[in-house]
Formats: sequence, structure tokens, C-alpha cells
Amino acid sequence: MGANHDHDPYDASPAHGRALRLGIGGPVGSGKTALTAALCRALREEVDLAVVTNDIYTTEDADFLRREAVLADDRITAVRTGACPHTAIRDDISANLDAVEALQERHPGLELIIVESGGDNLTALFSRGLADRQIFVLDVAGGDDVPRKGGLGVAAADLLVVNKTDLAPLVGSDLDLMARDAARVRDGRPVAFTSLRERPGAPEVTAWVRRILREAAAEHAHDHGHGHGHGHGHGHGHGHGHEQGHEHVPAAS
Amino acid sequence: MDTALLLLADSRLPAGGHAHSGGLEPAVSAGAVRDVAGLAAFLRGRLATSGLVAASLAAAACAHAARDEADGGADGAGWVVLDAEADARTPSPAQRAASRAQGRSLLRAARSTWPHPALAALPGDAHHPVVLGAATAAARGTPRDAASITAYGAVTGPASAAVRLLGLDPLSVHRALADLARAVDAVADEAAAHATGPWRDLPAASAPVLDLYAELHIRADLRLFES
Repeated sequence: MGANHDHDPYDASPAHGRALRLGIGGPVGSGKTALTAALCRALREEVDLAVVTNDIYTTEDADFLRREAVLADDRITAVRTGACPHTAIRDDISANLDAVEALQERHPGLELIIVESGGDNLTALFSRGLADRQIFVLDVAGGDDVPRKGGLGVAAADLLVVNKTDLAPLVGSDLDLMARDAARVRDGRPVAFTSLRERPGAPEVTAWVRRILREAAAEHAHDHGHGHGHGHGHGHGHGHGHEQGHEHVPAAS
Repeated sequence: MDTALLLLADSRLPAGGHAHSGGLEPAVSAGAVRDVAGLAAFLRGRLATSGLVAASLAAAACAHAARDEADGGADGAGWVVLDAEADARTPSPAQRAASRAQGRSLLRAARSTWPHPALAALPGDAHHPVVLGAATAAARGTPRDAASITAYGAVTGPASAAVRLLGLDPLSVHRALADLARAVDAVADEAAAHATGPWRDLPAASAPVLDLYAELHIRADLRLFES
């Protein structure tokens, strides 16, 4: 390990050959792990990928992914968060960075690392030092007023997923209302309505992930074409059209 | 103490400490700590044993980093020896792993915050107190500062974990920490006195119950903290 104080060894930009890091956050029970499993099944043949789970108490989420055999065991890592799941994805991302780096060392060809947060509140947001893009997962049974209430996750995530739409008639949730409220706080960023029960492959989300992977690859090619070795620090790794929405996000408090 | 050192001592330093309880979680699981009085006793014991050992290693590491810088070199071999001294004073494999994990995270934070040849020369998986000592030198602190920051962290980390695990009144916990302040300072003084002596003579106080807890914890089904 040499002197590395003359550049940032933990560059947040995926444009330098490392895997794109995708954060998946949201409240307890909204379907983060099921969505992660669906993405793994849909993408594993075409994308070199791995998963970090941030379980609150046990290694249940990692165990679920292993049991479902969505990926090989050595592509799934569990991180413990000391009773503070939001701290581990936002204020102090050390344990997650360690896990991501270990996966990258084990699988140098990785193109995508999904970091699934522990179930948390509506203000939880991934640090840009950890995740290049992030998905926030809600479910209709949590109440159709949640998008209106906003919160950093709902407002600022690159993709908002409203899951379990099949339950909407049963719990009296108004999907149109959720879509309108979400659009109002999300400044044009996309919202996907999913039902993993009716469409187990989550095609809406999978298509979005394929698109951000293409954008990251194009950016990589662009950087190389212009001979940039490095120098793009944190915050420069996002695709065109993705920057505008982050301007109103306050610093972690 | 100047601002750079306050930043290094601050629990908000993004160096992974929040996921470690310093043996407090297994102590709670075993029923050994249930209230503020129990926590204070736990902290006193931890401070006198692993706290003193860690503070002494940090003081020695700080002195080594400063000496190294004055000599204009980066003594990679020296760091390996000091790290082995830390290993020799950490019999529990679970504790060794936890110390190295925290050292790795702290090294990342320190390298990006206070660039210094000693931090560049340190092995990536060095023990936490060794990294903390080198980081103190990088932040322009003395071996006594390194000992002080380490001893302070040895009690504040588990105290914070106790607030989260037991729902203790944070005001009462801080009162208990304030009551420990003189003891923390005394440990820092004692540790700093070893900073420039032979490393083999560094304190080696042991806490067998903490070692045992660490091993029980790593095998537990339900745990919130890494250690």
C-alpha cells in the first residue's frame, strides 16, 4: 500500500472502472430485499454484480438472498450497523465501504454492487460517497399519504419505487394520488409502481437499472476519450440530467 | 487541545466506531450491565485494562510516527513490530478482528483528512490503537494526546452503545463519564510515560472476561454491534 494522499483513493465516481454502486433504501417491510432479489435474478446473466446487506439485528436479509440462491455466496456480504442503519449509509459509511472494497477485490470485474440499507425512516438517504445512485422503496400498505409527507428518501432518491400495488384496493390506497404527490416533491425524477407478486421480475426497475448502467459505461468511455486519468471527485459521477435534483438536499445533520 | 485533535477525538469522525460496542453488548446480553451504575463499573474495568493497553500502544505509535518523520523515512518494518505488540496483547481472535476492522476504517478517514508519511507507511490492516497513534501524529498531536484520545474513546464508545442498547438516560450516562474523567486522565498519563520506552515493556493488562465476551459475541445469533 503506497502513499495515496495526493489523490482520493475512494473516488465516488464509477467512471474510473469500478462497479456502479446502487443504494436501495426504504422503511421496514416495504420490499427492499425482495426487490434486491428480483434485480439479481433479472440481471445476473448480463451484469457482473454483488450485494451488501445492512441488517438491523441478524443476517436475515443476507441469509434470505443466499437461501434463494440469487447469487453465489461470495457475492453477498452482510454489514452490522450498531442499531443505527441510517448512520451506516450516510454519516459513517466505513463498514459499507470496507464491504464494497472487499467484494471488488474478490471480483475485480464487478459492474454493479447493490447496497441494501436496513429498514429505516423516511429521512434516510445514502451518502454520495457510498452510492452513485439510489432507489427508495415504499409500499402502498404503508399509507398513500407517505409521498405527500415527503422526506429526503421520497424526494431525492434517483428512483422512487411504490411497491405492492396489488394490495392497493385491499388497503384503500389511491395510486393516482401517490403518483401526483410524488411528482410534486420529486422534481421530475422517475417513480415506478411495482408488484413483485404480479410481476416478479420488477421490469420497471430492471429497465431503469439497465439504463443507469449504460449511462455509467458511456461516461466511462467519454472520460477515457478525453484522457482524464482522474480528478473527478465526489459528485461528478452522476449522469447528465441527474444533478439538478440533488441541489436542494441539505447536508446530513 | 487544538481543533485537529478535537476532530480526531470526536465520535462523529467517520471511522466506523458506531458499529462497535467495545464488549458492552455481550456484557448486556450476559446480564452484567443493566443500569448506569453497572455501566460505570464496566467502563472503569475496561479503562484500567484494555483502555490502558490501547492508550500505551497509541502513545508509542505517535512517538514512532514523529521520530520516523524527523528521520525523513517511512519505517514499514517498525510498524509491523508495533502491530505485533498489539497482537500479543489481544489474545481473543474476535477482538483482534474487531481492532483491525476499526483500524482499517480509521486509516481510511485519517489518510484522507491528515495526509502524513506514517499513515502512508502503515499496513492497511493495522490495529486500531496503532493507527490512532499515527493519526494523532499526523494531526500534530503528542504521544500524551494520542493516549488521551484513545483512553477517552475506550469509555465513550461503550457508553454510547449502552444508551442505544439499554435505553439509558443519556444525561445520567454523561454524568457517569464526567465522573470518570480523572481516571481517564490518569490512564493517559501512565500510558504516555511508556511512549518512548522499549515496546516490549508496554503495559499488558488483561481483561479475561472481555476476551470471553468478545468470543461469545461473535457466535451470537442476535447482535447489533460488530463487537
